[in-house]
Amino acid sequence: MASTDTAPSAPSDSSTGDPSRHAIGDAARPVPQGHKPKRQPLWKIFRSMPIVVKMASIWLTLVVVGAIYSKLDVTVFDGALPLQDPNLQLNNFNPATGEFGTVEPLSAPSASHWLGTDALARDTFSRIVHGSWVSVIVVVVSVLCGVVIGGLLGSLVGFVRKKTETIVMAVVDVVLAFPALILLLALVSIFEVRDLFIISFVIGVLSIPIYTRVARANSLAVSNREFVTAARAIGTKPTRILRREIIPNVLPTLLAYAMVAAASVIVVEGALSFLGLSVQLPTSTWGNMINQARRDIKENVWQVLFPSLSLTITVLSLNQVGDFFQKRSAFRGSAL
Amino acid sequence: MARVIATRLLRLVATLLAVTFLTFSMLELLPGDPVDTLLPPDANRTEELVAQIRAELNLDDPFFVRYFSWLGDFVRGDLGKSYITGQTVADTIADRLPITLQLAMMSIGMALLIAVPLGILGAYKQGKWPDTVTSAGVQVALSVPNFIFGIFLIWLMAVQLQWLPATGWNRLTDQGLVANLKTSVLPASALALSQLAVFSRLVRSDMIATLQENYVLTARSKGLPDKYILFRHALRPSSLSLMTIVGINFGALLGGTVIIETMFAVPGLGFRLINAINSRDILVIQGITVFIATAYVVINTVVDLLYSALDPRIRRS
Repeated sequence: MASTDTAPSAPSDSSTGDPSRHAIGDAARPVPQGHKPKRQPLWKIFRSMPIVVKMASIWLTLVVVGAIYSKLDVTVFDGALPLQDPNLQLNNFNPATGEFGTVEPLSAPSASHWLGTDALARDTFSRIVHGSWVSVIVVVVSVLCGVVIGGLLGSLVGFVRKKTETIVMAVVDVVLAFPALILLLALVSIFEVRDLFIISFVIGVLSIPIYTRVARANSLAVSNREFVTAARAIGTKPTRILRREIIPNVLPTLLAYAMVAAASVIVVEGALSFLGLSVQLPTSTWGNMINQARRDIKENVWQVLFPSLSLTITVLSLNQVGDFFQKRSAFRGSAL
Repeated sequence: MARVIATRLLRLVATLLAVTFLTFSMLELLPGDPVDTLLPPDANRTEELVAQIRAELNLDDPFFVRYFSWLGDFVRGDLGKSYITGQTVADTIADRLPITLQLAMMSIGMALLIAVPLGILGAYKQGKWPDTVTSAGVQVALSVPNFIFGIFLIWLMAVQLQWLPATGWNRLTDQGLVANLKTSVLPASALALSQLAVFSRLVRSDMIATLQENYVLTARSKGLPDKYILFRHALRPSSLSLMTIVGINFGALLGGTVIIETMFAVPGLGFRLINAINSRDILVIQGITVFIATAYVVINTVVDLLYSALDPRIRRS
C-alpha cells in the first residue's frame, strides 16, 4: 500500500518554484479575469474530463451514494429499502419470514445475489455497499481535519512567514518523521479504539502535517502574486487578505491534493481492517471482508475478488480524479 | 556543508526525543495500574511479583524521571522484557530484524530490477505505445494495496499452480538459500509492486529531463549508439534521486512489512508486533514501535545527508 511504502508524497516546496520569477512573469502578462477563478458548473467540468477520469468520478459517486443509501436503509427506513440485510445469514432461520433460508454459503454470483455469498451465507453485494460507509466516513473525517486545520495553518504561515512559520514547520517536520502506520497501529491497539469516528479522527490528525505543507507551499506562491501586493498597498487588513485572497486561491489545489491523500487514507483503513484492528465485527468493511474471505480462497476466490476490486477501483479513481484536478488547478494557476 | 549537517543532526535529535517521548507516554496514558496491563490475565499475581515489576520499571518515580531512565536504557539497548513470553525486547528484535531486513532488501532489489528498464523504456519511447502501456500499468500498480496483491499472489502461485508454499518461512541460516527463496519470493514480490511503480515513474521523468540536456545532444551528434547514451550518459544523473527514494522506501519498509508479514506468516518484526498487539504485550509493542520509528528517522536523515553530499547542486542551495 502506498502509505506503508512511502509517506504520501506531497507536491514539495519545489512546486512553488522561485516566487520572484513567477511574479515577474505574471506581471508581464495581462491578467484576464482578476484573481478570482471563475467557477465552472460541475457538468462542464465533467464534460472536459478524459474518459478514464469520467468513469472514475462516476464510480466515486456510486460509492458515496451507496454508502448513504445503506446507512439510510439501516437508520431511517429500518431495512425497508430494497437491499439485503448485510448481517443476515441466508442459510439460517429468518425471524422475518419464519422460515429457514436455503442459500448456500460461499455461493457463486447469481441473479438473486449478484456477487454471491460469503462463508456465513451473507449477501456479499450488500456487505460491500454497507462497507463503503466506513471508507466514506474515514475519508470525509480525515479530509476535513486535514483541509480545515492543515489548510488554515499552512495558509497562515505561508502568508505571515517569520517565527510562526519556523515553529509550525518544525513541528510538522517532526510529525512527518514518524512512520504513520506504525504510530497508528500502536495508538489504535494500545487504547483498543474500535469506534469508526475516533479511528477516522486519529487518521485525520496524523494527516494534518502533510496538508499543512501543501497549503504552505501554495500560500507562499499566492502571497507573492500581484493582487496580494495590491491589496497590501491599499491597506487591506492582513486577516482580510488571508480570508479573501490567500485561502480562496490555496483551496482548489489543496482539495485536489486531498483526493490523492484520500486514496492512501482508504488503503490505511483497509490495512487496519485487514489486521482486525478497525471497526468491530460484524460491521462490514472492505478490509475485513477481504481478510475473512481469504481463508476460503481455495473454495471460492470470488469473495476475495469483489471487495478487493471495490477497494482498488476506489483508490485508482481517487488518484485519477485527484490528478485531473491537480493538473487543472496548476494549469489555471499558471494562466493567471 | 558543515552547517547542513549540524541542522540536520539537531533536527534528528529533536525528532528522536519526540518519537521516544510519544511512544513512552502511550503506556502512561493507559487507564489503571500499569502492572495490571503488563501482566497477562492468567498470571499468578503475587505481591512479590507486583513489587518486583514496580521496582524494575521504577513505577514509583515521577513521570519525567522514568522517561529519562527509560531513554537511558533504550540508548544502551535495553528495552525491558515481555512479562508474557519472558524474552527481552532487545532479543526479540535481534531475532526478528534480519528477516524483515531480508524482505525489505529483496523487494527493493526486485523492484529496481524491473523498474529501471521500464523507466528507461518509457523515457526513450516517450508518448509512443510502450510508454503509454507502462504508464498505465504504473497507475494501476500504484493503486493496488500490497495486501490485496499478496492475496492474489498466494491464490495464483500457491493455490492454483502450487509452485510455492502460501505461508511460512525458512531461515536463510538454517535451511539454506533455495528453501529460503521458496518462502521469501512471494512476500517480497507483494512488497515490490508499489515500489516498482514509484521507481519506474521516477526514472522515466528524470530520464526525460536528462535526455533534453545539451551533453546528450552532443553525444547523439557524435553518433554514439542510443543504448550507450541511455545507460552511460543519461542513467547516471537520474540514479541520484532514485537512490534517495530507495533509501526512504527502505526506512518505510521496516514498518511497512507488517501486513505482508502477517499475511504470509513471516516471523519478522512486523509479525511480532501484531502478535504483541493481539496479546496486549504492551512493552513489546512499545519496544518495537520505538525501534522502528528510530530506525526510520535515522535512515531518512542519513539519506538526506548522503544526497546533499553527493549532489553539489543541493549542497549549494
